[in-house]
Amino acid sequence: MKISERDIKTWASIGTRATFGIAALEVAKKNKDLIVVTSDVSTSAGLDRYRKTLPDQYLDVGIAEQNMIGIAAGLASENYKVVTTTFSPFQVLRCCEQIKMNLGYMHHKVCMVGLASGLSLGSLGYSHCSIEDIGILRSIPNINILSPADGLETVKALDAALLSENSCYIRLTGVSNNQIIYNKDYNFEIGKSIKLRDGDDVTIFCNGAIINECLKAAELFEKKNLSCGVVNMHTVKPIDIEAIKVSLKSKLIVTVEEHNIIGGLGSAVSECVSKFSKSPPQLFLGVNDTYSKAGDYDFLKKKYGLNSESIVANAIKLLKDYE
Amino acid sequence: MAEDSSDNEIIINSSKNIRKKILQMAMEAGSSSAHIGGALSITDILSTLFFKIMKLDKKNPLSISRDRFILSKGHACLAYYASLSELGYLSDEELKTFEKNDTNLPGHPVMNKKLGIEFSTGSLGMGLSLGIGVALASIKKKIPYNVYVVLGDGECNEGSVWEAAMAAPNFKLNNLNVIIDRNNFQQTGTNSEIMDLRDLKNKWKSFGWHTLEIDGHDIDSLVKNFSELKGISQPKAIIANTIKGKGFSKFENDNKWHHSVLTKSLYEEAIKEINN
Repeated sequence: MKISERDIKTWASIGTRATFGIAALEVAKKNKDLIVVTSDVSTSAGLDRYRKTLPDQYLDVGIAEQNMIGIAAGLASENYKVVTTTFSPFQVLRCCEQIKMNLGYMHHKVCMVGLASGLSLGSLGYSHCSIEDIGILRSIPNINILSPADGLETVKALDAALLSENSCYIRLTGVSNNQIIYNKDYNFEIGKSIKLRDGDDVTIFCNGAIINECLKAAELFEKKNLSCGVVNMHTVKPIDIEAIKVSLKSKLIVTVEEHNIIGGLGSAVSECVSKFSKSPPQLFLGVNDTYSKAGDYDFLKKKYGLNSESIVANAIKLLKDYE
Repeated sequence: MAEDSSDNEIIINSSKNIRKKILQMAMEAGSSSAHIGGALSITDILSTLFFKIMKLDKKNPLSISRDRFILSKGHACLAYYASLSELGYLSDEELKTFEKNDTNLPGHPVMNKKLGIEFSTGSLGMGLSLGIGVALASIKKKIPYNVYVVLGDGECNEGSVWEAAMAAPNFKLNNLNVIIDRNNFQQTGTNSEIMDLRDLKNKWKSFGWHTLEIDGHDIDSLVKNFSELKGISQPKAIIANTIKGKGFSKFENDNKWHHSVLTKSLYEEAIKEINN
């Protein structure tokens, strides 16, 4: 897919969900064996045009996510490339055992796209937030977990997932008018993180829309004479061990995620760090294993210390504690 | 496949052999126990499908136009393994590995297409959704084959069964067949004690399926009805009335044999009864 500067701006303004719908249509036009399976979310997933343009490559199973995964696996067993999508909690938790049996155990290849994951739908309550998806999927073998930074990375992740030998879960975060992280095309490889900013005192591992806050935090660190590296760990599984190895020289590792601090990116980084004899402390920033009262995206980010100012304040406090 | 009426004798004989193999594997499994009752209840259904109804190619088990079989009630795998053995897909040596370490044949089927095992099952309520995907692929690719999914009646407690039951008629899957093994028992009691299924036939009918209720041990009836159903352009649900433990009188309708250890002496008694 040829990518222009205009595309990148459009994708940032419409958000990752609508971007996914556009990207899926482009890929499916060139691949007649690709089928998108949804559970009554065509408009939410930006698939309205897809549905009308390619009706033979589109299947709506109604509000029935367990059936969606089973049908997807059945199609995959007959060599179709299958993409499923619905809101993240229903894409993962509602059909978790179907994912285990059909994609993990039997290794049928399906690309699952979880819409509006993390905290972006916070005002709707935690039924629609998704702070458990990574933790649950990480424990199922044979599934890659991707969390793209912006519209362009959503497109890149979908392309890569369709070429992968494993099933993939693409976790879409953020809202419309997201910050652009990548303003031109680049090389995206599953399992290979991308350093967005150099700096050794503090290393931040992050992914998804929250990267924007981390880059702002890095600027604030510089003002306090602390250099801060920011790594886009767009693949949570398989985790990029080499990038984590490089971070061991930092005074502090910080993981920032729109997920429960148990089971997500922080846990994945920590599991890797613990293999080494000498390692810096790690600050886990995310949802602190709780279901709080509802609130909008900015409200919840602030509540859990995921805005740039809080990231810096919490990191500096921990550094002082270790002095 | 032969077409004359002596075929039914072949099926009856295959059923006998399948039952004997089920019991032998169960006995050799020893203390790890085996699901015996629900395997014996589907034996005649499987032998009819595998030896008469389904389009299979022993020389090419992966033939793209083969009919697909899905044992959604995966715990009844003894009947599946024994049928595949009768067909020549599984060797006697392979059967001896049932529930042994590092086996291809554990207590629930694990996908192994070369051995004729299309999908891994064992978690109930998942096979019909897979069957829909496989049936859709046939229609989309214009490669004609039929899909046969065997469900347990207890399995129909699972909500996911009804998600799939709702979808298949909407997708006009006239190549999809569901056989419900209506033996009236589930793990810890009768259906009516645990979760009464009431009018199962009308449930499927109201979801848009062509439904039929038949004797799941009457080979002539199974052959006749399965054959006639091929011409019907709707997804088909066959309620097969069966007897849990069918074939050995001591096991019949005794739910102790849902999952149990089979001793050598009881095994020998059962074989004697089947041979007679």
